[in-house]
Order: sequence, then C-alpha cells, then structure tokens
Amino acid sequence: MNFSRAKSALLAAALAGSLTLPMVPAMAQDDTIKVGILHSLSGTMAISETTLKDTMLFLIEQQNAKGGVLGKKLEPVVVDIASDWPLAAELARQLIEVDDVDVVFGCWTSVCRKSVLPVFEELNSLLFYPVQYEGEESQRNVFYTGASPNQQAIPAVDYLANEEGVERWVLAGTDYVYPQTTNKILEQYLLDKGVAKEDIMINYTPFGHSDWQTIVSDIKAFGSAGKKTAVVSTINGDANVPFYRELGNQGIKAEDIPVVAFSVGEEELSGFDTTPLVGHLAAWNYFMSVDTPENAAFIADWQKFIGSDTRVTNDPMEAHMIGFNLWVKAVEAAGSTEADAVIDSIVGLETPNLTGGVAKMLPNHHITKPVLIGEIQDDGQFFVVWETEDLVPGDAWSDYLPESKMLEADWTAPINCGNYNTETKTCGAAAQ
Amino acid sequence: MLTHLLRLALLTLSLLLPAQIARAQDTAVDIPAQIAAMGEASLKELTQIVVDLASTGDNSVVPVLTALADGNLYADKTSGRVLIQTGSTVTDPLTGETVDLGAEADLSRIRVNNSLRRDISAALAGMTLMSDNPRTRLAAAQGFLAKPDAANLPLLDEAISAETDATVLSAMQTARAVTVLGSEDASVEDKTAAVPQIVAGASRNAITILTGALASAPDPVKPTIQSAISGLEQGRAVWGALQNVWFGVSLGSVLLLAAIGLAITFGVMGVINMAHGEMVMLGAYTTFLTQLVIRQSFPGLLDYSLLIALPVAFLVTGAIGVGIERGIIRWLYGRPLETLLATWGLSLILQQTVRSIFGPTNQMVIAPTWMSGSTDFFGLAITYNRFWIVIFALIVFFMLLLILNRTPLGLQMRAVTQNRRMASAMGIRTPFVDAMTFGLGSGIAGLAGVALTQIDNISPNLGQNYIIDSFMVVVFGGVGNLWGTFVGALTLGIANKFLEPYAGAVLGKILILVLIILFIQRRPRGLFALKGRAIEQ
Repeated sequence: MNFSRAKSALLAAALAGSLTLPMVPAMAQDDTIKVGILHSLSGTMAISETTLKDTMLFLIEQQNAKGGVLGKKLEPVVVDIASDWPLAAELARQLIEVDDVDVVFGCWTSVCRKSVLPVFEELNSLLFYPVQYEGEESQRNVFYTGASPNQQAIPAVDYLANEEGVERWVLAGTDYVYPQTTNKILEQYLLDKGVAKEDIMINYTPFGHSDWQTIVSDIKAFGSAGKKTAVVSTINGDANVPFYRELGNQGIKAEDIPVVAFSVGEEELSGFDTTPLVGHLAAWNYFMSVDTPENAAFIADWQKFIGSDTRVTNDPMEAHMIGFNLWVKAVEAAGSTEADAVIDSIVGLETPNLTGGVAKMLPNHHITKPVLIGEIQDDGQFFVVWETEDLVPGDAWSDYLPESKMLEADWTAPINCGNYNTETKTCGAAAQ
Repeated sequence: MLTHLLRLALLTLSLLLPAQIARAQDTAVDIPAQIAAMGEASLKELTQIVVDLASTGDNSVVPVLTALADGNLYADKTSGRVLIQTGSTVTDPLTGETVDLGAEADLSRIRVNNSLRRDISAALAGMTLMSDNPRTRLAAAQGFLAKPDAANLPLLDEAISAETDATVLSAMQTARAVTVLGSEDASVEDKTAAVPQIVAGASRNAITILTGALASAPDPVKPTIQSAISGLEQGRAVWGALQNVWFGVSLGSVLLLAAIGLAITFGVMGVINMAHGEMVMLGAYTTFLTQLVIRQSFPGLLDYSLLIALPVAFLVTGAIGVGIERGIIRWLYGRPLETLLATWGLSLILQQTVRSIFGPTNQMVIAPTWMSGSTDFFGLAITYNRFWIVIFALIVFFMLLLILNRTPLGLQMRAVTQNRRMASAMGIRTPFVDAMTFGLGSGIAGLAGVALTQIDNISPNLGQNYIIDSFMVVVFGGVGNLWGTFVGALTLGIANKFLEPYAGAVLGKILILVLIILFIQRRPRGLFALKGRAIEQ
C-alpha cells in the first residue's frame, strides 16, 4: 500500500521530469494524454477498488515504457470517490471539465455507474467500466468490459444443471440493483427451462449482513427435498465471509449443496482460510490460475510493479487491461483522443485477453469473453472445471425478460441506439 | 490420402482395443503406472484412473486415493513422480517411505473437483469397510450413505455381521437400509422394513433421503414412507421453533458482547462514545496480531491463540481507552454534543489508521479446532463457534456484574456516577475512577472483538456494523442498568430471529427498528429505568 503510493509519487515525479525537459520546444499541455481513474480508495468499497486503481497505474506505466500513445505520454489523474455515489458524479465532472482528461476508467458498483452516466453523456466523454453487472443498459459513452448476465450467470446455471444435475435453486443476494436484476433474469430463465416455481427460493440480505444462521438453516431445509440443490450467490462484499463460515460450521459441504458465486474472486479470498470452502464454485471470465503465457507474464509484471509476490490478480483487473488496450488501439486507429472519433473507431477492434482468446469490442459496447467455472481450492485459488468452447458475446438486453427481449443495442450507423426495438423498428422504445 | 490415414488409424485402434479390454479383464491394472499417470492426467483421465485403481480392490491404493481426495497428492514436475505431501514430509504413495526431494523438485498439487471427490469417497468406502480402525469404518459407512449402490449390498451384509462397535453398526445398517430402499430388486417387505431404520439412523438427512426415494418407490411402500416423512416433519416444526430461540440467543449474545462495554461508558458514565465500535475492531486486530506471533513463534499453541488473545486484547484496548479518556473526553464532560462529534472524528481517525497500516482487505484469524463444526443436540443444530460465544458473553457479563457490585473499584464507580461531588468529598479520586471506568468499558469492547473474529470480517469497517446495534440495545434496555442491557440484547436477538423467516432479513431489521421507536415513545427510559433523585438532574 505504502509502496504503491511511493511508486505513484515516483511516477508523477518521473512524469514531471519528462515534462520539464521538452518544455522549450513544445507546450507541456500538449505532451500528455490525461487518463482519469475514478475509484473508491476509502470507505466500504476500498477493499476491492484500491487494487483497480493500482492496476490502472500499472497499465499506464507499461504503456509509457512502450512510448505512450500517439507519441505522447499518458498521465494518470487519480481521484477518490470514497464509496460515495453523489461524490462520484461530482468528481467525474471535475475530471472531465477541470482536469481535462480524455478518458476515464472507473466505478465498481452499479449504483456508481448509474450516478456518473448522465455526466459522461452530457460532457460527451468516455467511461470504461470493468465489473460484471446486471445488463439492461447500453450507453454511447460507456464501454462495459465486465461480464453481462449471459457471460456469467446464465452459463453458471447451465453448468450446475447439466454437470451437477441441480434441480432446486436458491438465489441468494445482497439487496440492491445488481442481484435483484440478475435474479430476475435467472428466475425467468429457470422457469423457461421447466423448473417449478416451488423449486426456486429467492432470498435477499442487507449489505454487510453477518448473522447467517437462519438463512443457512433455511437453505439446508430447502435442500432436503430429495432433489439436488445449489445456491446461486450474488452476495456482495463483506457479507461473504460470514456466509461461507456459517455454511462450513453447519456442515454443508460443496458435495451436498454447492454454492456458485458471482462476486467472490481471488482478491476476496485472500486473507481468508479457504479450507472449509473447497469445492464451492465461482463463475468468472478470468482466473489467476489460468495457465497461459500471457497470464504468466501479466502476473509477473503486476507483482513486480506492486512489489509483492503474494498479490493476486482477478477478473476486474483483466477487464481493465482489456479496456485499456482497446482504448489505446482505438485512439491510434482514430489518430485522436476525441470522444466521437474513439467511439467510431473502437467498435470491431480486437485485443488478446489473458485466457488465450480475443476480446472484441461489439457494436453494443460490450466485449466477447470466455466463461470459466472454477472450484475454490484451499490455497485461495480457483481450479477451472469447465469453460465455454467459444467466446461469448456480451448481450446488453437480456433475452429472457419479456420487457427487454426485443431490445438491441447498436452504436454503429445506421441504428446508433442503445435500446433499439427490433419489433417496432424504433429507438428508445423500452417497454418499462 | 485422408481416407487412407483414417483407415490406418482405425486399424491401429482395432489392434489396440482388444489388448486394452483383455488387460482390464485380467484385473491386472498396473498400479504404479496408473499412479504415475496421475501427474499429467486431465480431469476425465483422472476419473478413469480412480475407477481403475478402485477396481483392483488392492488396499495399497487406499493412501493414494485418500491423499487425492484431501488434496495432499502432488506431482513433481522435474522427476515426473507422484508423491504424497503431508506437512513438510513427502512420502511415496505406494511404499509409504519418506522421499528426500532434490532442491530442483517442483511440486504441484493434483487438483480434483466435486464429482471426483464423490467418486473417490464411494470407492474408498468399499475398500475401507473392513478396516481395523472403527473411525475409518464409520467414514466408509457414511460414504455408502452418500452414494448408495445396490452392488455393495453383499459387502455391507458381510461388514454388518462382523461389526462390534454400536455406532458403526448403526451407520452401516442405515447405509444398508438406504441402499435397499433405492435398489430396484429389493422386495416390498425389505423396503418397508428399511424405512424405520432410516428414520432412526439418518437423523437430519432422513427427510432428504425419504423424499428422494418416495417418487421411485413401488406403490405398496409409499404410504409407509409418506407417514414417516410427515412424522419427521412434525418433529422438525417443534424443533424449528426451538432452533429459532437458539439462533436468537446466539445473535443476542453477540449484541450483548458488543453493547456491554457501551453500557458502561454510555450507560454508567453518560459519555456518547461513537468510537466504541473501533475499540471492538482494535480488539479483533489485536487477536490477529497475537495469532500471527503465535503462528510464527509457538505453532504448538495455535489452538489456544484465542484464549491468549483475550487478556492481550483487553489490556491493549483498555489502555487505549484510558488514553482517550485522559486525552480527549475529560475535557468534554457535560457537553454531550461535543463528545459525540469528537469521538466520531476519533472513530474515523482510528479506522483510517488501521486501513493505512494493515490495508483495506480482510485479515485472517484461523478458527481453533474446538470452535469449528457443529453438533446435533437432539433436533438442534448447534455450531461450536456460536456456542462458545454464548458462554463467553455470559461469563463476561457476570464478571462485570461482580466487578461493579463486589469490588472497591466498582463501588467507587457507582458512587462517582451517582453523585460526583459527594463522592469527591468522601475522598474518592474521581478523575482516576473516570479513567478506569472508561478503560474497563473499552477493554470489554476489545474482548468482544476477540469473539467477533470467529463470525465476522476483520476489516477496518468491523466496528461500524455494531455501533448502531449497540446503542439500540443500551437505550432499549434502559440506560445505566446492566441487567437491562442483558435482557435488551436477548430480546432483540430473539425477536429478530423470529421475524426473519417471515419478513426476510431486510424487512425484519426495519420492523425491529420501528418497534424500538414505538417502544421508546411509550417508555423513554427503556425496559429497566433507574429511579432516584440523582437521575432527575
């Protein structure tokens, strides 16, 4: 932590140094491209987002070592949104208007993204959002490099149904927009597959819930109906540790009732004794344990940058890396950092991901990703037990919800619309 | 060209296949070769190897399969050998001899998934059913229970006739009953007779097993199963209510632990201490540090690290409490608003300090073995960590009562809080007593932190989650009364747990808050109001 701060200070000093030298021939302002980093460095979300800020500094340092973009160095501008969403909107405005950044990488929660959206729309700037989310959205100025539900939730449910023979489902989540929407999609999907209504149990808990006794014993009772039962968990943040602990203590083993989580990754498991969790599952598009040369190089560089060989990598970090590389390519293709030029040139561009595939920016501003299902091991890593054969294109509007299945997003001419109704052939006709 | 190649391939295959089948029929599975192949095998191949090894029935493969299931089986990438590693000793899987690895050895674990783990436990069950060790036999019987297969019946019968240990015998008979109920060949009489054995033997899994068997059972057996299930469900409804009471008591004891320190600083001294939650958090971090030291220097004491952390956490947080009282709070007595703001600022400072030192991520405190797992107490599932926390909360509470009512310091504390000037006139050093009282409250918050490491995250935000609940308990129970805090905590815990199944966790919490607001409207002084002239000032 201290080290990375020292590192960024060093970086800033180095940048300042590189600025003063060519000061004579050109104006300093023109010599850098500013990149905004909009993450929580304090408050409840700091646990997850601090790492993403460091990831961006790492990527920018690497790019600068390669000579920057368009012959200019990149300059990071870091702000702390302190897990406070109205503040996030203010800081986004400050980044764009005062600091004059050309692109912003940031946000973790959906509520953060929803609060800064209007700012990016109004000021016509760019936001790269790196975390899996609930879908049902596509905005011209936002690029969604995390998974949409069809790239994480739906394949995970398919895996459980096909490979583990699960017939009874507990959808457990934290009470806010991402779990609610995801569970709505999953419930409809399961009903469509012929699962009976009484075989689905939906349960919500507040943020930071720590007393799981009743819910875990309910899950146990629900699982004693003679059918194979699984828990699909959209439980977020701090509540996960007590939840898994209670599962272990009440003797629910992964062989009996597996839990597949969408928000538990390497970072969340570090600092946690995972022995009682072995065999529980997580669905992501990247795992640190994936054995590819790209991934090995990325991990080695990252650990060298952060100065610790125990730091882990996770899915949102890969998403930031992909988003950053796509943006660099788009800027170079467009020859400019203008928002409109980048938006036009970025669609269709490809960059390698860390799992041996290719991430392609689609017209709906989502990307192609592989889907991996991993089992938790007792060293806090995941063992990939299943993966999709092909890359899955991200779908902005779920095909399983009646109100959104006719909607498509396409930000290329001639449609140029985030919620195009394929039935009425009009834009903006979202049936709310 | 292509067809030619294909034909060639087919030819080779057809030549190879009979050989493979012949080998399998001979049951001459080459055990060392199969084990060596595990190092490079994919999940599918690994499953096949496990099946092959199990089919030998040779007891020498038991250690290797056990190690594989437990994640102790490693492949050495440099030499290509497959080895068992337990702790720091590396042994050969077949001979059991210790292997001295060269410096260039590169051990990587052979990983397994859930379904393979199930296969291994079923395979092991068949092999270890006749073991000499009763615990191994019990595990084997439970393995059969998890994956019943009619082919195992003769083996089970043989084991049952030879069994002498009552617990193991019951487990074996239950496994047999489950197998009979699930098999297609068993007669209706056998199946009907199996049902009571399952009810008696499978305890809390009985409903699962019977419900699962109901659909496929022949019609004459169905009524027996049905009535057994409804009998079990009735029993469960009764125990369910008791289970809720236990959950409530356990939640209440956590609330009591968190609130009891506040009952002293807020209840007895009247200081609105917003940094109380951070004292709890510091207690948890002290536990983490204590365990870290123990793990590095005295690994043998690891199981007792929580007990050792108790006095350490009490002294550390108590000392910090005294420091806070001397440094900040004593200048603010009688000015509740300023105290509130100052301690709130202090809580932010403490949080961010911890975040800067330890980082924002959670820290780990390993649960000692005597605090892991659960036990069945009749129909109740009681987890050990909750059980010990309930006991601990009671001990802390009664110790505190004892201190306040039976020691000179307690007498002085009560004297100072009831009438400061009079106490001072009697020769009591009131500033000293103030500092000690605040230190005691903070120290008890530290003790709560030690207990909370077993159920919650150790993060800088730990305290924030408990401060509101703590104030709620103290106000509800009646300010200045320890028994009020006790009853308040348990009432809130049990009420919460009875509301939760009906209203859900989110709405349940809201309802509790609304009820408390209504209650405070009726009785502003809480459940147990203090009476007397000193109160009216």
